Amino acid sequence: MITVSSARKNYGDFLALDDVELEIPSGSLTALLGPSGSGKSTLLRAIAGLETLDAGVVCIAGVDVSREPPQRRGIGFVFQHYAAFRHMTVRDNVAFGLTIRRRPKAEVRRKVDELLEIVGLDGLQHRYPAQLSGGQRQRMALARALAVDPQVLLLDEPFGALDATVRADLRQWLRRLHDEVHVTTVLVTHDQQEALDVADRIAVLNKGRIEQVGDPVSLYERPANDFVMSFLGSVARLAGHLVRPHDIVLDRDLAVVQRDDARAPSSPGVVSAAIERVVRLGFEVRVELRANTGERFAAQITRAEADRQRFVAGETVHARATRPLDATDTDPSLAI
Amino acid sequence: MRTSRRATLTLRILALAYVVGLLAVPILVILYRTLEPGLGTYIDSIRTPAAIAALNLSLLIVAIVVPLNVVFGVVTALALARWRVPGRGLVQAIVDLPFAVSPIVVGVSLIMLWGTSGWFGGLEGSTGVKVIFGLPGMVIATIFVTLPFVVREVEPVLHEIGTEQEQAAATLGASHWQTFWRITLPAIRWGLTYGVVLTVARALGEFGAVIMVSSGFPGVSQTLTLLVHSRYIDDHNTYGAYAAATLLMGLAAATLLLMTVLDRKKGSR
Repeated sequence: MITVSSARKNYGDFLALDDVELEIPSGSLTALLGPSGSGKSTLLRAIAGLETLDAGVVCIAGVDVSREPPQRRGIGFVFQHYAAFRHMTVRDNVAFGLTIRRRPKAEVRRKVDELLEIVGLDGLQHRYPAQLSGGQRQRMALARALAVDPQVLLLDEPFGALDATVRADLRQWLRRLHDEVHVTTVLVTHDQQEALDVADRIAVLNKGRIEQVGDPVSLYERPANDFVMSFLGSVARLAGHLVRPHDIVLDRDLAVVQRDDARAPSSPGVVSAAIERVVRLGFEVRVELRANTGERFAAQITRAEADRQRFVAGETVHARATRPLDATDTDPSLAI
Repeated sequence: MRTSRRATLTLRILALAYVVGLLAVPILVILYRTLEPGLGTYIDSIRTPAAIAALNLSLLIVAIVVPLNVVFGVVTALALARWRVPGRGLVQAIVDLPFAVSPIVVGVSLIMLWGTSGWFGGLEGSTGVKVIFGLPGMVIATIFVTLPFVVREVEPVLHEIGTEQEQAAATLGASHWQTFWRITLPAIRWGLTYGVVLTVARALGEFGAVIMVSSGFPGVSQTLTLLVHSRYIDDHNTYGAYAAATLLMGLAAATLLLMTVLDRKKGSR
């Protein structure tokens, strides 16, 4: 378990961490999610000891490590740009932590072979980092970090420098790896999709503060405030309420739109809006509208629904939010 | 803008004429003059006791100066690139000073400092160590003029490799010392090699600062450059001067060749 309490960090006038409190349970995969400048990387680097806090305490497995250098914190760290040791082969990179600890040669060899197999780099052990793809380099960096049996694994935007398809693959792979290895993992990302995809807990940061901590579903469905709501998934503003675009019903028939269902007992009123554009995005369809109040918003409907209704740009339809997400409507006990 | 074929050709010829006229011709003339009387005469001329002593002295100075400059250069480059030292701009300027100051000025100021009537002149009286007109003076003068090379080659490499590899080593348990030997030093080794090669070449070729602080006795305190000078000016031995100059050039060429070979090796990896 990692506990961070009353963590403060200033860079000159810029407040990077503002009294941050965070608990990361053992064995979890927690994502620190936030826009750039939110303090998420600073928080991760403070846990690693790569950044010293102005005030506050970091405990790893019950031990106060606030004054310890990174070498003595029992961590593994993975950098966005791999930080591969360029003059060493893949094998020597992975073995580095063990060589430093003067472990017996046979043990190092066995452990490195095992890790290279886990990360799928067996057969490439004699290559240099320059001869690997970005994805391979990052897997090497992960193996290198895992070689020293860290108590916690810290990943700073590990997939940020990779292209979209490799990123999605590695994300799945990391999730499977975590299910196998079970090491407490903290992942920094600005990509909400990535956080929702791999993490079992998400801490949303903004301006050096933690806005909300929780599992992906509760954060998505019951965001504590407007910031969390708009940062986790897209939102539309409809008749003064924030709503997820896929929770908007559209129909030409007012009666259909008004028909209440149990899921939306407190739904706000119906708005009539003109369709400006219909965009097909694979299995879903985005309808861009302009309400008669002048407000623009987008609704997301299924392809089946779009095929049934055959909306065209220019026509006027009725819209209603089925599950408004306003922070005021959410259960305050979920907010932290 | 596109340059015409004609303009390109003219430019090329101009550049070539410049290089050939100013660099190649003088060197070729010396080579020709040296080897004209035959290889045997040349070898005899560079095997005189004075010539052998001069070669040895030049190599000895290189052997003392290079390790000192490597240590100082790497530490200074690390300080400039990694640590937040106060007065960094001042240090940068001081490191570049030898590029700006004429070597002869260095020689004069060393005499003022270390000469018998200089600030540190008492040293000779109390310890018997002769700085000016002795080996220490020539070493100090050579260090002064070669000081920037290692720093200037290593510092940009340190900036380029960044600090992430060093941080990664720290998270993996490496001490500062282990990180330096296993990560930083291998990463800067090519910059360091260039710096050393330039230092060697400059130390061999230094004349102005060294002539001021050397007693200039043949066979005792003459470096190769001083030998060339004294053979030509004092002994009116023009051929001997050419021969010594050719030897000096040979050493410089060997250093450059070594650098090129190392460069190839680096490229092939």
